[in-house]
Amino acid sequence: MAISLKLNGKDQTVEAEPGTPLLWVIRDELKMTGTKFGCGVASCGACTVHLNGEPVRSCQTYIEDAEGAEITTIEAMGDHKIGAAVQQAWIELDVVQCGYCQSGQIMSAVGLLTENPKPSAQEIDDYMWGNACRCATYQRIRAGIQRASEILEA
Amino acid sequence: MTINTSRRGFLKSAAAAGAVLVVGVRPDGALAASGSRSMLTPFVQIGSDGSVTAIVKHFEMGQGPSTGLTTLIAEEMGLTMDQIGYDFAPSDPQVYNNTLFGPMQGTGGSTAMANSFLQYRQAGAAAREMLLQAAAQAWGTEASALSLQDGVISGAGNSAPLGEFVEAAAQFDAPADPPLKDPSEFRLIGNPDVRRLDGAAKGNGSAMFAMDIVRPNQMIAMIARPEQQRATAISVDASGAADIKGFIDAQILPNAAGVAVFAETTWAAMQARDAISVEWDTTNAETRSSSDIEAEIRAALDAEPTYNVNEADMDAVRAAVDGAETVIEETFYFPLLAHAPMEPLNCTIEETAEGVILLHDGCQFPTIPHGAIAEFFGLPFDKVQIKTVLAGGSFGRRATPQADYQMEAAMAFSLTDRSRPVHLVWSREDDLRSGQYRPAMGHKVRVGLDTSGAIVGWEHRIAGQSILKGTPFEAMLVQNGIDFASVEGTFDSPYQIPSASFGLTDTPKATSTLWWRAVGHTHTAYVMEVMMDMAARAAGIDPVEFRLAYLTGDEADQTRKAGVLKLVAEKANWGNPPEGRSQGIAVHKSFNSYVAEVVEISGTPEDGIKIEKVTCAVDCGIAVNPDIIKAQMEGGIGYGIGHNMRDQITLTNGVVDQFNFPDYEPLRISDIGEIEVHIVPSAEAPTGVGEPGTPPAAPALANAIAAASDLRIASLPMDDNGVFFA
Ligand code: FES
Ligand code: FES
Repeated sequence: MAISLKLNGKDQTVEAEPGTPLLWVIRDELKMTGTKFGCGVASCGACTVHLNGEPVRSCQTYIEDAEGAEITTIEAMGDHKIGAAVQQAWIELDVVQCGYCQSGQIMSAVGLLTENPKPSAQEIDDYMWGNACRCATYQRIRAGIQRASEILEA
Repeated sequence: MTINTSRRGFLKSAAAAGAVLVVGVRPDGALAASGSRSMLTPFVQIGSDGSVTAIVKHFEMGQGPSTGLTTLIAEEMGLTMDQIGYDFAPSDPQVYNNTLFGPMQGTGGSTAMANSFLQYRQAGAAAREMLLQAAAQAWGTEASALSLQDGVISGAGNSAPLGEFVEAAAQFDAPADPPLKDPSEFRLIGNPDVRRLDGAAKGNGSAMFAMDIVRPNQMIAMIARPEQQRATAISVDASGAADIKGFIDAQILPNAAGVAVFAETTWAAMQARDAISVEWDTTNAETRSSSDIEAEIRAALDAEPTYNVNEADMDAVRAAVDGAETVIEETFYFPLLAHAPMEPLNCTIEETAEGVILLHDGCQFPTIPHGAIAEFFGLPFDKVQIKTVLAGGSFGRRATPQADYQMEAAMAFSLTDRSRPVHLVWSREDDLRSGQYRPAMGHKVRVGLDTSGAIVGWEHRIAGQSILKGTPFEAMLVQNGIDFASVEGTFDSPYQIPSASFGLTDTPKATSTLWWRAVGHTHTAYVMEVMMDMAARAAGIDPVEFRLAYLTGDEADQTRKAGVLKLVAEKANWGNPPEGRSQGIAVHKSFNSYVAEVVEISGTPEDGIKIEKVTCAVDCGIAVNPDIIKAQMEGGIGYGIGHNMRDQITLTNGVVDQFNFPDYEPLRISDIGEIEVHIVPSAEAPTGVGEPGTPPAAPALANAIAAASDLRIASLPMDDNGVFFA
């Protein structure tokens, strides 16, 4: 069936069967590959996107539930105030290793800073718990979020 | 992001019109240069527009060689890091081989920097000398009067960008032995402010991993697999998938090890794979359970070892231990572990208009799939090409001696008419259940102490599943029947232990076994360092002092290992943890680097243990990129701790019990506090950093738990021992 989406501020229509995860519509239909597949069962966070500004796991979001919502992916973070600050902090601290989890980490970090502009280390741990990084870049993620918070405050 | 765009620009312009100077290294080690792009194997390529591109022969799984090797060229050419880009080398085992592996291109054993350090500097230095020579000719002066700095050649009253001399420089032969910079002149090597070259692209979604390759008109293939290893497909009924939109076909692989399911999209392939039914022949299928594997290993530890690893007088060692004042004894067990890199395995295969089979892959040992695919299709080696792209982690997994997933792609492709590229995709379930694991291993150690607490005998037996036997690496790494990967880190430890014996017995494999970040050291470091800790406590001697007593020699092995141990003790304030905390320490040499770690915990096993802080000291020779070294230590520590806390792969009647991350729980951000890394200043040649951070982490944690509670954990994972992690 035809489904209308608003992705990164742009209206799009895609052909997809109901029950198709948003992740695969973004990757396979729209060919936007910044959003990653890591587990498919909502336990790694690699596929995190924003739905109406809130981080969700796109591997467990059915396409019909995303119809009409504002969907934002990593590709739009450069134009997003908090997203750009997080990206800058990530580069300053060289957070990434293999990098495969980092789109999801950044989408979650932006979600956290949106609701809590100055999170403590404990608050970061609580919020970011579901974003796995097999390269274990965790302490730089923690530092990166705090650095982004500083950048935004300045 | 701007940095990234400009770098892209460099790469593109390097491929565009204009003169070019390429410098490479021939198979015999001699430098070679050319003004032609048809020299297909350069190490550095310089365009007349001033663009410089390093050609990186190692693949990038996050460990940093794309930045590291590019830094070496930039250093010798006097460039800043934003004046150079990089590209991955094509597959060529003669030119881009790992010089420590022979004629094979490969990234493993933490050798990328060790085998490239001189090679890439020489290529950069040769390019610099040729450009200076060309400028000297143009200006009618001596090359020795000129210098190349920040992309500009100047001296003798002249100054011009290096691009102007590219065409003239390309007419010269490469110098045989160009002078390398003295370490005192280094601006980039050792500079903590040099950032990763892949940082921006990996933060904005533009980095292309193998999974992100989309070839025009490609199909997705997933493989339906049997539950048990070595079962084979007899027939497939795909009628259940007929209504799935995008489903194309399902066919048994040529080796019958699975069924290839083809579809237009990944989601359709996933659904179709669930919807088809396959009949399996389980006559030769694996049926053992983990309990059987463990029983085999424990029985082997109780018998005389098959191999005497260090040719010790075993009876004399046993007598020394038996006659000791105090005997400490422990039996250890290590379960199967999966690598679980964040990016599930995948690759894309296609046939070009020229009849070349082209593989898009981020793999550790391109030479292996290269040869295997050529053989499978009956093609000469040069009719197969590999395009290396970024890998989302590997930890050893993208380096199987059988080229497992690449051959699945090749076999699936052979079932088609080859008109469409095939992107083979694994799910996380495929990854965890694929049967390629860190082997299950056991150790039994008896240590005898005299009345002063000194070691008088060390009797050590190892039993478990060989990684290398039956693989092409056997000839190189198995000697007199002893698989080096089963015993490394024990008999060759820098500790000077009097009267020690090391015995090995192989036990049968129920799954395939594969190197896993730090290979044998993943279990040997645990055993050595927990035993040292137990011996120190039994002797009533501080664990640092106790270890130092066996590192008094003046060989580098002892002085460097003692050096990191002392440094970490100082930095972690060893012996004086904050109120309510306990410390554990471990030190280990692996991949020619020395790493010591102190883990500081709070809590108790019953109420919950929290890892508050890890302090690390590393001696890896010259620190080419100190920040990447720190990152590798941080990651290596997390990898070692995370798995040993709570992960294992288990089998029930040959069927893997785990499916996905919920039952192979990754280390989470809340599991681990601050990690502080200290690098020992050194002028020695650079050694490994990708793996050596991992081995000491779990024993340091185990020793901290023992300090907090007297609980000694000898069977992994830790949470099987009644330990609760807060
Ligand atoms: S892929 Fe969605 S949470 Fe892992
Ligand atoms: S950077 Fe590799 S998984 Fe996070």
